[in-house]
Amino acid sequence: MSQTTETVDVAQQRSRSRWNLGPTELVFVALVGIVIIGAVLVGLRGQNLFNTANTVDMFTRSSLLGFIAIGQTFAILCRSLDLSVGYVVALTSIVAATTMEGDTGRIGLGIGAVLLVSGAIGLANGLIIAVLRVNPFITTLGMGLIIKGYLDTQYQGPAGSVPTQFQQFGFTRLGFLPLSTAVMLAVALAGFLFLRKSRTGYHMFAVGGNAEVARMSGIRTGRVMVTAHVLCSLCAGLAGLLIAARFGTGSALVYDNLYELDSIAAVVLGGTLLLGGRGGIAGTIGGVLILAVLDTVFNILQVDPFFKDVLRGVIIIAAVAIYARRQLDRKARRIRFDDGNGGSATSDAAPKVPPSAGSSGRQPPPPAGVRGAPGDAHETSQTGTTIRQGPKGEGR
Amino acid sequence: MTTLPSGPSAGADTGTTVVRMAGIDKSFLGVQVLFGVDLDLRAGEVHALVGENGAGKSTLMKILAGVHQADGGTVELDGHAVSFEHPLQAQHAGVSTVFQEFNLLPERTVAENVFLGREPRRRGLVDAAQMNAATAALLEDLGLTWLSPQTRVRSLSVAGQQIVEIVKALSHDARIISMDEPTAALADEEVEVLYRLIGTLRERGVAVLYVSHRLKEIFDLSDRVTILKDGALVDTVDTARITSDELVKLMVGRPISSFFPDKIEGTAIGETRLRLDGCGNAQLDGIDLELRAGEITALAGLQGSGRTEIAHALFGVDRFTRGSMWIDGRRVRVRSPRQAVRAGIALVTEDRKAEGLALNQSVMANARLVLDAVQPGQAGRRVQNIPGILSSLDLVARDVDQEVRFLSGGNQQKVVLAKWLATEPSVMVLDEPTRGIDVGAKQRVYSLMRELSARGVAILMISSELPEVIGMADRIVVLRDGRIAGELSAGADEESVMSLATGHAMGGEQ
Repeated sequence: MSQTTETVDVAQQRSRSRWNLGPTELVFVALVGIVIIGAVLVGLRGQNLFNTANTVDMFTRSSLLGFIAIGQTFAILCRSLDLSVGYVVALTSIVAATTMEGDTGRIGLGIGAVLLVSGAIGLANGLIIAVLRVNPFITTLGMGLIIKGYLDTQYQGPAGSVPTQFQQFGFTRLGFLPLSTAVMLAVALAGFLFLRKSRTGYHMFAVGGNAEVARMSGIRTGRVMVTAHVLCSLCAGLAGLLIAARFGTGSALVYDNLYELDSIAAVVLGGTLLLGGRGGIAGTIGGVLILAVLDTVFNILQVDPFFKDVLRGVIIIAAVAIYARRQLDRKARRIRFDDGNGGSATSDAAPKVPPSAGSSGRQPPPPAGVRGAPGDAHETSQTGTTIRQGPKGEGR
Repeated sequence: MTTLPSGPSAGADTGTTVVRMAGIDKSFLGVQVLFGVDLDLRAGEVHALVGENGAGKSTLMKILAGVHQADGGTVELDGHAVSFEHPLQAQHAGVSTVFQEFNLLPERTVAENVFLGREPRRRGLVDAAQMNAATAALLEDLGLTWLSPQTRVRSLSVAGQQIVEIVKALSHDARIISMDEPTAALADEEVEVLYRLIGTLRERGVAVLYVSHRLKEIFDLSDRVTILKDGALVDTVDTARITSDELVKLMVGRPISSFFPDKIEGTAIGETRLRLDGCGNAQLDGIDLELRAGEITALAGLQGSGRTEIAHALFGVDRFTRGSMWIDGRRVRVRSPRQAVRAGIALVTEDRKAEGLALNQSVMANARLVLDAVQPGQAGRRVQNIPGILSSLDLVARDVDQEVRFLSGGNQQKVVLAKWLATEPSVMVLDEPTRGIDVGAKQRVYSLMRELSARGVAILMISSELPEVIGMADRIVVLRDGRIAGELSAGADEESVMSLATGHAMGGEQ
C-alpha cells in the first residue's frame, strides 16, 4: 500500500466503523442480549434459565429448526426460497418410519430413503426454477401443496415406527448438548465451509447477487440453483429424520408447524439478505438460537401461546426493520455538517439546533471544527487524480 | 495465475491489425440496424466509435463481444475468421468488454469479482490467499495500489467500480478491450484515473475500442475514430486530422453552427423566483443561492461536492435543516417532493431509469404521472397539453401508448422533461440533463432550456460536463465540499471552474 490519501481514507473509515458490526456479529450480539434479558425475566420468577432442563430445551428446539434453516440459507442466498420444506419434513418423517418399520437393521435403508426422497424433491424444485424459469415462490408453494395432498390422502395419522436405537438420535445427550444439536452444528459447520471454500459456494453468492453477472462470468447458474435446492431439501430431510426419531413414528401433521416460515424468519434474522447474495450459515444459526431462546423463555414464563406468536412476529419484524435501517445508513452519505438534527444517531455530541432556528434569520456558521469531522478531511479531492473510497463505512 | 499482456515488450506488435470486422450486417426482428459496417482495430491503439444513439455502436460492439451474432460479414481475429456465440468464448479468445451496466457483485470483494467463475483452487477448495495475491499483483501492475483486493466493491466509488470492471476484463489476458461509455457515470476527476489506465493499456499493445458521447474524451484519448450513422459506416479517420466540428458534422450529417444554441431574443432576467438563505443540512452548509426568472444558473463541482444534494434538498427529498427557503418572496418549507411540486419546482433527476420513469409504462402514463399525483384538480387542462409538449420536443415514439423502456435514452429523457413541463413549473432543476443521450437529443434539451428561460422559468442546471456548463449558463455557482466555493459569470473558462471546484490552481499539488 502506498501512502496516498486514499489509503488514509480507508483507514479512517475502518476506525470510524468500530461499532458498525457486520450482520453476523450483530446477530450474536442480539442473541446474547436476548439471553440476558430472558435470564433476568426467568430469574424474577425464581427460576434459572441455565439449568439443565432449560438449556436442553433450548438446544433441542434449535436442532430441528436449525437443520431446516441451514438448508433455507442456501436457497435464499441464491435469491430463491423454499416453501416446501415443512412438507418435506413431514413426508420424510413418514418415509423414515415406514421404511425402518421398527427394524434396527433397516436404519441405514431408512436414512438412505429419506435422503433419496428429499434430494429428489429438491432436484425437482431446482430444475423447475432453473430450467422452466418458474418463480421459486410458486414452484415450492406448489411442491408443498402436492406433498400435502399426498400426505392428507395417504396418511391420516402416524405411520410406521422407528427402532429404539434410532430414537437415540432424538434423545441422547452429550452432557447438556443433545446429540441432534451436535449433528445440526456439524452440518452447519459443513455448510459454512462449503460456502466459504467451495467454488459452488462462491457461485451461490454470485447467482444471488446478480444472476446475469454470474452467467456472464461463465458460472452455470442453473446448476448452482439446483444444488442449492437439493441441499435445502436434504437438510429438511435430516429434520424429518429427527422428527421420526423423536416421535418414534412418522407424522404427517407436523407440516402444521409451518417450519418453512420459521426457517425463513431464522435466515432473515441471521442477516442473510432476502434478495440473495449476502449472508451465511453462521448468522442463520444465530437466528435459530434467538428463536429457540425466545420459545424457551416464553414457555417458562407461561406466555399465552397466541400472544407468544404475536411477540415472535413483532421481534422478527423489528429485527428486519433494524437491518433495513442499517442498509439505509450504509447508503447514506457520511455526515459532513453535523447540526444535531440531521437524522443521524451519531450526533449527540453536537449542539442541538432546533429545525425552526432558521426563522430568526441567518444561522451563524458552524464552528470551524465541525467541518473537520472524522473522515472528512481527506474528502478534498486533488486535481483530477483522486478516487475517493465510497462514503459507506461498512465494518466488514 | 493470470498474467497481463506483459511489459512494454508487447508493444512491439503495436500497429498490427488484430481485429478486422468486414461487411457486418445485423437485423433485429426484421429491422436492419447495421449495414455492411467495417471496423479494424490495431494493437496499441485507442479506437473511438462514435455516432448518435441508434447509430449501431452498441450493436457492433456486442457482435465483437459475442453477445449478438452478425447476420452477414466476417470477423477476423489475428487473420483467422471467428464467430463468437457467447461472451465467454470471446473472452477466452482475448476479447473482453466492459459494458455500460456494471457487471459486478457489490457484496463481494474486488478479488472475488475479478476471479468470479474461475476462482483458483487448491485441493478442490477455493484458495482465497492466492486469489487475493493474484489480484494484488494485477492491481500493482496497473499502478492501482490504492485499491485493495479485499475491499468490498459496494464501498467503492463509481469510478473505483469501473476500474474493477476493467481489471476484471484485463485479467482474462485481454488483448482487445471494448468499453461502452465508460465515463458516463464518472465525474471529471474520476475520468482522469480511467485515462491513465487506458494509457497504460495502450502502451502494452492492447487494442481499445472506446464508445463515448463525450467528444472531449475522443480527442483526448483516441488515435483513430470510426463514425457510424444510421447503422452505416461514415468513415474511419485519424483523430489528429479532424476537428470536433467536423466530427459532429459527420455524426449527425448536418452542420452544427454552434453546439450550444444562443439565447432567445428578448430573454430577460427577471425577479428572483427562488432564494436560499444560509441553508444547510448534513451534506451542505451556508448555501446562499438565488434563481431568477429567465436565468440559467449552472451548479458545478466535483462529484460528491453537494450538487445533487442541493437538488434533493430543494425538492424535499432530503431537507435543509438550517436556513430558509423563499419562493416568489414567500417563505416556504419543502418537506416532500409533493410540496415541492406544489410550490412550482420541477426536478429532472440524474438517474432517469431509476428515478425518472416507470419503464414498463406508456409514454402517456409517464408524462401525466406528476399531474395526476399532485395536481388532480388541474390535471384535466394540463393533461390536454401533454401531446403538444411531446411533439414540441420531437419525441420519436410509435405512439403515446408505447412503453418507455423501448425508447432510446434521448427519447426517454424527453418523456421525463414532458412530465415536468406539463406541471408548468416556475423553477426547473435539471440534474445531468444530457447524460447518456445522443448529440441530437442534447441539442434539443439545450434549446428547450433556452425556450423555458425565455418564458421566465428559473433554471438550475447541474452538470459534470464543463463545456455544457460554460456553453449554457448565465451564471456558474461552484460547489466544493458542501459549500459554495465561488460564483462565475457567463463566459468563464474551464480552468477557473476547475480551480474553484478543487480549491487550488490546476496542476498544483496540495
